[in-house]
Amino acid sequence: MSSIEEYPVIWLQAGSCTGCSVSVLNSASPTIKNLLIDEILPGKHVSIRYHATIMAGQGKEALDEMEKTRKGAKGKYLLVVEGTIPTAEGGVYGAIGEDGGKPKPFTTHVANLAADSLAVIAIGTCASFGGIASGSPNPSGSVGVGKFLEDEGISIPLINVPGCPPHPDWFFNTVVDILLRGLPDAQDLDDYKRPKAFYGSLIHENCPRRPYFDEGKFARNFGEPGCLNELGCKGPVTYADCPLRRWNNGANWCVGAGSPCIGCVEPGFPDDLSPMYEKLTDETMPKIG
Amino acid sequence: MGNTSIIIDPVTRIEGHLKIEAQVENGEVKDAKSSGMLFRGIELILKGRNPLDAQRYTQRICGVCPTSHSTAATLNLDSALGIADKIPDNGRLMRNLILGAAHIADHILHFYHLCALDYVDVTKVLSYEGNDSVLNSVKAFAERGELGPFVPRYEGDYRLSDEQNLQTLSHYVKALEMRRKAQEMLSILGGKMPHDASIVPGGVTEVISTDKISSFLWRLNELRDFIDNVYLPDVIAIANAYSDYFGIGAGCGNLLSYGSYELDGRKRLFKQGTTDAKWKLGELNIDKIAEQVKYSWYEDSTSGRHPTEGETIPKPGKEGAYSWVKAPRYDGKVYEVGPLARVMVSYASGDALVSEKVDGALSSLNASSDAMLSVLGRHLARALDTKIVADSMAEWVLELKPSEPAHVSFEIPDEATGMGLVEAARGALGHWIEIKEKKISNYQCVVPTTWNLSPRDDAGNPGPAEQALIGTKIKDENNPFEIVRIVRSFDPCLACAIHLVTPRGKIIGKYRVS
Repeated sequence: MSSIEEYPVIWLQAGSCTGCSVSVLNSASPTIKNLLIDEILPGKHVSIRYHATIMAGQGKEALDEMEKTRKGAKGKYLLVVEGTIPTAEGGVYGAIGEDGGKPKPFTTHVANLAADSLAVIAIGTCASFGGIASGSPNPSGSVGVGKFLEDEGISIPLINVPGCPPHPDWFFNTVVDILLRGLPDAQDLDDYKRPKAFYGSLIHENCPRRPYFDEGKFARNFGEPGCLNELGCKGPVTYADCPLRRWNNGANWCVGAGSPCIGCVEPGFPDDLSPMYEKLTDETMPKIG
Repeated sequence: MGNTSIIIDPVTRIEGHLKIEAQVENGEVKDAKSSGMLFRGIELILKGRNPLDAQRYTQRICGVCPTSHSTAATLNLDSALGIADKIPDNGRLMRNLILGAAHIADHILHFYHLCALDYVDVTKVLSYEGNDSVLNSVKAFAERGELGPFVPRYEGDYRLSDEQNLQTLSHYVKALEMRRKAQEMLSILGGKMPHDASIVPGGVTEVISTDKISSFLWRLNELRDFIDNVYLPDVIAIANAYSDYFGIGAGCGNLLSYGSYELDGRKRLFKQGTTDAKWKLGELNIDKIAEQVKYSWYEDSTSGRHPTEGETIPKPGKEGAYSWVKAPRYDGKVYEVGPLARVMVSYASGDALVSEKVDGALSSLNASSDAMLSVLGRHLARALDTKIVADSMAEWVLELKPSEPAHVSFEIPDEATGMGLVEAARGALGHWIEIKEKKISNYQCVVPTTWNLSPRDDAGNPGPAEQALIGTKIKDENNPFEIVRIVRSFDPCLACAIHLVTPRGKIIGKYRVS
C-alpha cells in the first residue's frame, strides 16, 4: 500500500554482552525510535526482523521469523552480528535454539545467515576481531566474524564497526551510507574493513589534551591535568573520532573524564592494549608527527 | 490439556542466551529447567594480568550492567590495596551517582522495553484517532504491515483498556529517551556508557566542577519527574489490570542483599542481610556462600566450594546437567537476589524510608506485604528501588565539592586478597581477587543471575526462577504468557551469569562434545 522501501535486517547476538545494542539504544539523532518505526531516510525503512533484546516474540516463533527472512529476503537483508564467535570444540560454548535435538551453535547460525545475506556488519570489537573474550588464553576459541567466514570459505561483503562498544553514530551512519550509496567501496574502508569516515585518524591527533603532550606536561596521578600518556593512554595507537564526536550525545568521553583511552576499537584489543594503565613503550609508541 | 513440554529458546527481551523448559500436566507447570547457553571465560582471561585491568575487563562481562561490575571490581581492588577507608568523599559520591544513574537506566529499560510488550497490545495503535505525533508515527508504521520486531508475539492475554494501551505505548517511546538520558547523566561523571571509564581503585578519575554538577542535576530532575509521574503510575496501572500476578511466581521465599551505596560513615543506603517470607531479618555471613554444579556442565568434584576456593572444569554433555550457570546457595539454601531482595531486606530491617515507600505502594493497591513475593512484587520493588535511589542522588550530587580531590593514590602490593560486594541493578554481585607477584592470580565473580536463574543444586532443589515457575497454571499452552512474565520479572542477565570461575592454577579440562 505504500511506496516505502523496506530494508530487512537480522541482528544476531552471538558471544555478546549486549553492550553494542545498548550503545545503539543511546543514539540521540536519529533515535532508536527513528530506526525502528520511522523512515530512516525518506522512503526507506529499516525493518528489524530479528533482535533478541527488543523483539516481542520468543522461542520458536522468533527463530521462525529469522528463517523466514533468510529465505524470503535472500541476498537482500543486512546481517548484523554482535559478539564474538566461539569456535572451540565445535562451537559448543554458545547456542540459540536446537537443531536435530542438540543446541544449535552460533557458528551454524552465522554461517547460514551470512551466506544468504546482502552484506554483514560486524558491530563491536568482539564481532569484528574477537574482542575481550579472545583475550589470552581465549578459553572459548573466540574469533571475529571476518576470520570465521574466511575459515568457513564464505565470501560476503563485510564491514567492521568495532568499539567496545562502538559509538552509535558509527553504526547508524554505516547503515545510512549503504542505503544512500550502496555498499562501501574498498577505498572507503581501512585495512581492517573499518569505515575510514569514523576510524580514519588517531585519537592522539585530535585530543584536546594534545597540547600538554607537545609541551611535555604529563598527569602522574588520576585527576591531574596534563596528557594521560604516563597513565597508559592508548590514544597514540588508536584510530577513532571520539575526541571530536564525544559520547552519549556529546556528554563526555573517556579522556574527558580523566581516564586514558584503552584502544577498544583496535584489532589487538585487549591483549595488545594491556596493561591498560601502563604507558606505551618506545617500541609500541609510533612516531607522532 | 494432558502432558506437554514447553520449550522457549531463546527467551528474548532479556540479556543473553537463555532456554526455559517447562513440563506442563493438566495445565500446571510440574517441572521447570532454566539453561544458560553461552560461555566466554572472562575470569580465566584475567589471570596473570595487572590487577587494575580487572575493572575494565569485568565490565565487559555485561553491557547492560557494566557499571555494577566496575563498581564491584573497584571495591574489590580498594580492599586488596588497603585503601577502602581512604576514598575521598568526592570519589565515594561520584561512584554512587554513577551506579545510581546506571540503575535508573536499567530499571526503565527493564520495565518498558524488556517487559511491557508482555502486557501492552501494540496493535491497538491501529485504532488511534488523534493528534499525538508519536502515536501517529507508530500507527503509520503498523499500517504498512512490516511489524518487525513487534510481531510475532504471544496472542490473547492483553488486558489494558484501549486508552491505557495507547498511553503505555507512548510511554514506551518516551522511556527510550529517558533511559538514554540516564546514560548521558552517567557519562557526565563516568566518561561514557556502556562500559564506563572513570571508576578506578582509589576513587574516580573525573574532576568535579559546578558545570558538571548542574548538568547532572538537571538530567536527574527530568528523570525523577518521569519516575514519579510516569514509571510508578504505569507499574500501578499494570498491577491493577493484572492483579492475579501478585499471586503468581512467588519463588523460593528467601531473599539476600549485599546492600549498596556507601554513605558517610560506611553505612549503606540499602542494608545488607537476608530475609524470609515473614520478613525476618538475618545477618549475612559471606563464608556461607557456596557454588554447586551437579546440574551444570562442570566437573562434579568441584562442587560445593566458596567462590574464593572455587575451581571450574567445564564438562559439556555431562549426564543430567543442563546449564552453563552454576547453582550458588547460601547456607545450603536457595536464595533470590534483586531489587525485591534489596528493598525487602531493608524493609525487614525496619528502615524508615524504605518501609514508608513499600507500605504506601501496597496500601494503594490494597495488597499486603505477602504479595511482594510475586511477578508484580518484583516489578513494584524495582520501581520503588528506582525512586529511592533517584531521590537520594538529588542529595548526593549537592554534597560534591568542586576543587576537592576525588582520588587517593595507591601501590599494588606483591600479595593480597580482596572482596567487593555491591548491588547490581538485578541483585547481589560479588567480586573476589587474589594478587600474587603484583598480578592477578585468581579472580572470581558471583553475579545476580547465577543466583536467580540457577539450575538445581546438588540436593536437587530447583533455583529461584525454576521454583517460581513450578506450580504455575498455564491458561494457554500455545501462548504461555505466565512463563515469560515470571522469567522476565527476574531481569535475567545471562552474559553475567556465565563467565567461568577460574581454577586455582589448574588447567581447564579437555572434553568431547557429546
